Amino acid sequence: MRRSLALVVLAALAVALPASAARKGTTVSLVAYSTPTVAFGKVVPAFQATAAGKDVSIQQSYGASEVQAKAVISGLGADVVDLSLQPDMQRLVDAKLVAKDWDKNKYGGFVTKSVVVFVLRNGNPKHIRTWDDLAKPGVQVVTPNPFTSGGARWNVMAAYGAELRAGKTPKQAIAYLDKLFHNVVSQDTSARNALQTFLSGRGDVLLTYENEAILAQQQSKPVYYLIPKATIQIENPLALTTSGKSKAEARAFYNYLYSPAAQTLFAQTGYRPVVRSVAKQFTKQFPARPQLFKIGYVGGWDKVSTQFFDPDKGVMAKIERGLGVSTG
Amino acid sequence: MKGAGGGWAHFWDAASNPEAVAALKLTLWLSAGVVAINALSGTAIAWVLVRDRFAGKGLVNALIDLPFALPTIVASLTLLALYSPRSEIGKHVAYTRIGLLLALLFVTLPFVVRTVQPVLLELDREMEEAAASLGAGRLAIFRRVVFPNLLPAVLSGVALAFARAIGEFGAVVLISGNRPFKTEVASLYIFGRVNTDPAGAAALSVELLVISLAVLLSIGGIRRWATRHDR
Amino acid sequence: MIGRYLLRFGALGYLGVVLLAPVALIFWRTFEHGWHPFWAAISNPDAVHALKLTLEVTLIAVPLNTVFGILCGLAIVRHRLPAMGLVNALVDLPLALSPVVVGLALILVYGPGGWLHGLPFKVLFSFPAILLATMFVSLPFVVREVVPVLREIGTDQEEAAATLGASSFATFRRITLPAIRWAVAYGVVLTMARSLGEFGAVSVVSGNVVGHTQTLTLYVQDAYANQFNETGAYSASVLLALLAIATLLLMTMFRPKEETRGDRGA
Repeated sequence: MRRSLALVVLAALAVALPASAARKGTTVSLVAYSTPTVAFGKVVPAFQATAAGKDVSIQQSYGASEVQAKAVISGLGADVVDLSLQPDMQRLVDAKLVAKDWDKNKYGGFVTKSVVVFVLRNGNPKHIRTWDDLAKPGVQVVTPNPFTSGGARWNVMAAYGAELRAGKTPKQAIAYLDKLFHNVVSQDTSARNALQTFLSGRGDVLLTYENEAILAQQQSKPVYYLIPKATIQIENPLALTTSGKSKAEARAFYNYLYSPAAQTLFAQTGYRPVVRSVAKQFTKQFPARPQLFKIGYVGGWDKVSTQFFDPDKGVMAKIERGLGVSTG
Repeated sequence: MKGAGGGWAHFWDAASNPEAVAALKLTLWLSAGVVAINALSGTAIAWVLVRDRFAGKGLVNALIDLPFALPTIVASLTLLALYSPRSEIGKHVAYTRIGLLLALLFVTLPFVVRTVQPVLLELDREMEEAAASLGAGRLAIFRRVVFPNLLPAVLSGVALAFARAIGEFGAVVLISGNRPFKTEVASLYIFGRVNTDPAGAAALSVELLVISLAVLLSIGGIRRWATRHDR
Repeated sequence: MIGRYLLRFGALGYLGVVLLAPVALIFWRTFEHGWHPFWAAISNPDAVHALKLTLEVTLIAVPLNTVFGILCGLAIVRHRLPAMGLVNALVDLPLALSPVVVGLALILVYGPGGWLHGLPFKVLFSFPAILLATMFVSLPFVVREVVPVLREIGTDQEEAAATLGASSFATFRRITLPAIRWAVAYGVVLTMARSLGEFGAVSVVSGNVVGHTQTLTLYVQDAYANQFNETGAYSASVLLALLAIATLLLMTMFRPKEETRGDRGA
């Protein structure tokens, strides 16, 4: 009796499951890195409410930037790609999935911007104001691991560039990075995991994107942040793939992302808009910094990717190895 | 395999990177701890679940498998909540090796319990009763009658626990803090290198495979020896 | 008597610290604000789709791995072939491999330039790859449960049946299967639990397309890491936990009453 009951339940369960339903209408596939998930949660329905977006369904996939780029190369269908850093887009160009001229639009191929900030404990008990404060003895820093996280690479380049900005030589700036990483108490695999670590009570300061800090505040997490005087301008690349280029709906979606409406939604979820008319309305939320610099200031991604992040000979690889020597 | 693609010298270079060696050592120590603790606690839990009677036993039995079904990222989040500086129970072991050990004990808990349980259910009580009627003490009965019969199952269970512990990623990702040379375990090192340094990731993966294969084979050997010895 | 209580409280105390505290916290956080947020989170269409996909994968992977596990266990114990020691060790390997590496291996095999690239149907980033990854990581459990019991029961009864003229299938059905059914049952529960909870390998090969190739564990990750939606993550996890408990309860229904003492039924 009991046995047959169990079998009936199992059979009912099997029958009740329909095969994955296919959706009707045109589909545009968006493959994006993880942090803009919340923003796209608002932007996509807004697009679908416009004339161009009516009856278009947007298939969405979110994950770490590097992982997403790799998945697209391995065959994950994508019409529009939104990634965290330009080198990831370059991989798609090399694989001939994105046209070489992807960065030739009015905004250099970037759809959103941000900056690297310090997230601090309420009251800032360690009086952290500048990059030099981070390297002082006794200060505990949380940043993701630069070998797994795109965000961590922005952090490293922000710290390095800020030292150059302060008149240091490249050699001194690298010595600073070494000191800074001796103060790092947690190197999580992603920016979100690092935030989780910081929220759990670890460390005095978290290095992360401004949009991540704003999002955390919007979720009423007990954090506040400070934008250092010298910091890096983060720029996130967007492109149509070769398959997306031949699809009118994909082009419409791509264009919509640069519309004032979409840019406003991005701004409301923490991203600095690239469209100037929208940026003007948000100057209070996104204050200008006197010593803001771009990745080109420290040499550009092509150069720093090998100089800093080569897993064997890169500056960061050596610094990480040094952590083992000093602690025995 | 892929790790050998760059030639032996390259493989050796990648495998002898001090950070990789430190991660591997830590992983092996932790896994050894997991094996020892699980062998004892798993057997005890299985024993209690089969031979003991108390209210709520069915519920306890149903909970044993949860560590597998829960997505490890959630396990990681809760372990962090339990053991972090802002903990709800006030124990700070997150970001230490003790924290790592606790996380691994959580995910490997079902193995020994679930391998020993069916053997205990199948075990003839008559043998024990016969031994008791012949005047054997409880300890002697356990040592001479029960233990030899349970040993193969315990070894099967710890082999699984060991294998899971050396490869575990999800449950330790948040609680480790991932500090090279301190709390970075092999799976985190591999994850960190998969995209940037596939050769280094593959080298450590191959090393882990070889070590676990060796350990599993020798556990299998002990198992065979123990069962033959018994007959 | 004292020894028995010591053992009971020792075992339960260990369970309390290692297992119960985290699990209780998950349930508490999920239902902190009542049923409503839980219900809202799991009735979200993306979560429902993810649940269906997870169940589809599990319902295919578990039976296949069960049959394989029983056959493999019999081969290891009953047929003393020289290579069986190696097979025996190899069966555990899916656990020892980092799941991310398992996923990457699948990409190497089925991706551009791989041995099995260009099959007539899509493998990577669709259902077949998710199924393959899940079957791979949940492969060892039935084997590992069955092998020690097969060793423990020995071959006397099977040989007796054979002498009495029973066919090998009848021997298996009447003698071997009843003896190992507990082991198989636990093996199925573990396989099921692992299939429900698998994340690493699936995350690499599924493409994580919301509403299409997103399994429930991927949904949990997405909710936690991308959408900043901890309630969604906890609720979906509790759902997975409840599924695992339900499996175990279903398995215990197979247990005949007279067997509670552990006598060997024939």
